[in-house]
Amino acid sequence: MPEPLLSVRGLATHFVTRRGTLRAVDGVDLDLAPGEVLGLVGESGCGKTVLALSLMRLVEPPGRIVAGRIAFDGSDVMAMDDKALSRLRGRGMGMIFQQPRTSLDPLIRIGNQISEPLMQHAGMSRAAAAREAIALLEAVGIPAAQARAKSYPHELSGGQAQRVMIAIALSLKPRLLIADEPTTSLDVTVQAQILALLRERCQALGTALILVTHDIGVVAQLADGVAVMYAGRVVEQGSVAAIFARPAHPYTQGLLQSAPVLGARRDRLNAIEGNIPDLSQPIAGCAFAPRCEARAAIGQRCDTDPPVPLPAGQDHMARCWRLAAA
Amino acid sequence: MSLVEAAGIAVRYPVRTGVLQRPTHWIRAVDGADIQLRAGETVGLVGESGSGKSTLGRALIALRRPDEGSIRFNGQDILALEAPALKVLRRKMQIVFQDPNASLDPRRTVGGSVRMGLDLHGIGTRAERAVAVRKLFQRVGLRPEHMARFPHEFSGGQRQRIGIARALILEPQLLVCDEAVSALDVSVQAQILNLLKDLQAERGLAMLFISHNLAVIEHMADRIAVMYAGRIVEEAPRDELFAAPRHPYTRTLLQAVPTPDPTRRDPRPPPLGEPPDPANLPTGCRFRSRCPIAMPRCAETEPVLAEVGSGHRAACWAA
Repeated sequence: MPEPLLSVRGLATHFVTRRGTLRAVDGVDLDLAPGEVLGLVGESGCGKTVLALSLMRLVEPPGRIVAGRIAFDGSDVMAMDDKALSRLRGRGMGMIFQQPRTSLDPLIRIGNQISEPLMQHAGMSRAAAAREAIALLEAVGIPAAQARAKSYPHELSGGQAQRVMIAIALSLKPRLLIADEPTTSLDVTVQAQILALLRERCQALGTALILVTHDIGVVAQLADGVAVMYAGRVVEQGSVAAIFARPAHPYTQGLLQSAPVLGARRDRLNAIEGNIPDLSQPIAGCAFAPRCEARAAIGQRCDTDPPVPLPAGQDHMARCWRLAAA
Repeated sequence: MSLVEAAGIAVRYPVRTGVLQRPTHWIRAVDGADIQLRAGETVGLVGESGSGKSTLGRALIALRRPDEGSIRFNGQDILALEAPALKVLRRKMQIVFQDPNASLDPRRTVGGSVRMGLDLHGIGTRAERAVAVRKLFQRVGLRPEHMARFPHEFSGGQRQRIGIARALILEPQLLVCDEAVSALDVSVQAQILNLLKDLQAERGLAMLFISHNLAVIEHMADRIAVMYAGRIVEEAPRDELFAAPRHPYTRTLLQAVPTPDPTRRDPRPPPLGEPPDPANLPTGCRFRSRCPIAMPRCAETEPVLAEVGSGHRAACWAA
């Protein structure tokens, strides 16, 4: 296996509030190879967004990274000072969000929003940065880029705003792009365009991609590897082929079966009964046990011991005691 | 005979500009739509943002009175009814919203919110109302002790169960579900879809199921109507629509849905363009600016919804 670009061990990000400590991310291990597309899947409240922000050390109080190591491109992210972090967020990692318009400055022309970091981080002159901004807008499929560079964010459609965000996030050719639900607020036809663009740009630049999403269809179409999160943990990780063909964790199995699939109609959907646990309360064993159909067969251990990562195949692990019994 | 028969429905919204905020022009959110529902039938209404699907759903139950067109419910012209008669008829037409909070008063117990329809229409004695609410709570998967709680004490999925109970307490014949599961996580979404399907079958409800999600629509609907920029552009029985879509927009939508199977990756380039600005529609066919097979004729004359097969209609010159 090649040297990973990103290696995360035991990462925990907690939010301390008056109502208690919310364990949003609670012991995550994750590996990402250079150029790999990783789908980070889970439902709301599973901690996937907090994990994404933690990787760039962008968590704001009352949130705090309380434990763990993040190694990125040979550097220790947890040990970085402000200057090193600024460089990391420019040339190391880029990020795009679900609501592209809210991450763009409404008062600044989009061309200037792209050229600013080029001057700051890449030492380009104003004129060179302006030319590069237009080239970047063309690369993300904005028609009439030269004229469009003078537009303000409110003049863009949602799809165009996300294209601009991609142009900004990739302008310094980072080694990793983190995309947090980048198409969730877009129409399905525009989603298809943005996903194709992400794939094409990341491939062209050799940039690895962490695609945070709740949509398993998006993951199946785009990802090389998949990490499934539940209640603050990565409960299963493996290649996209393995995860879809042989999901090992009962939660992954439930997730894959609960969504209706176009062209594969069934009379009933296999819903996962119950709700996600309250992460402000301590969880003794497996966080999924109260909703798990396999729990009865596995036994008491699920209620008392948090499952450790167990091999489920080649480069495929799941945190489920069922794998220990087998 | 159809339970609901709507023809030529148009709904306009003013666009206000300038310091005086006078309406300068009008957006036709729905621009001449026909739709029928039979008793016990689920019609799926699918489209992207700005297609007018929610507006059409609301117009159908006179929640937003249409500016043009006619709606017959059980043969009765509901737009001709005076307010008291319309109120009586409203019992028979209910809606479930995407955000259940839109129909739940945060200061009222959820039991009270569900009971309110019975109170407003003066149905049953106090005791009978309490029994009806309790029975319905259990039917939608909630516990009787939940009735005394407030909306904020529930998860999104539970709140949607309450929203469904609120809509069903008056035993409607027509239920409009407007993006009813769109805000829910897929595991919870599946619970609610199963529940809606069961309730629909048990009660013989006619259901207008509005969603942007084609897979959800396919799961729920017997017949499907596809909307684009204020018009229904194709309508067909479910299996027929997916097996033989006739409108290029329907084909575009089908192609755009990501298949959850990594062994079947779509190598085709993605569809072109974005949904049009309803204030600035192309001449002729509204889809022609994005259409892969547009012809000169499409810029001149807008195609009408025409029969292309048994129970299958499409609005395309090439269909």
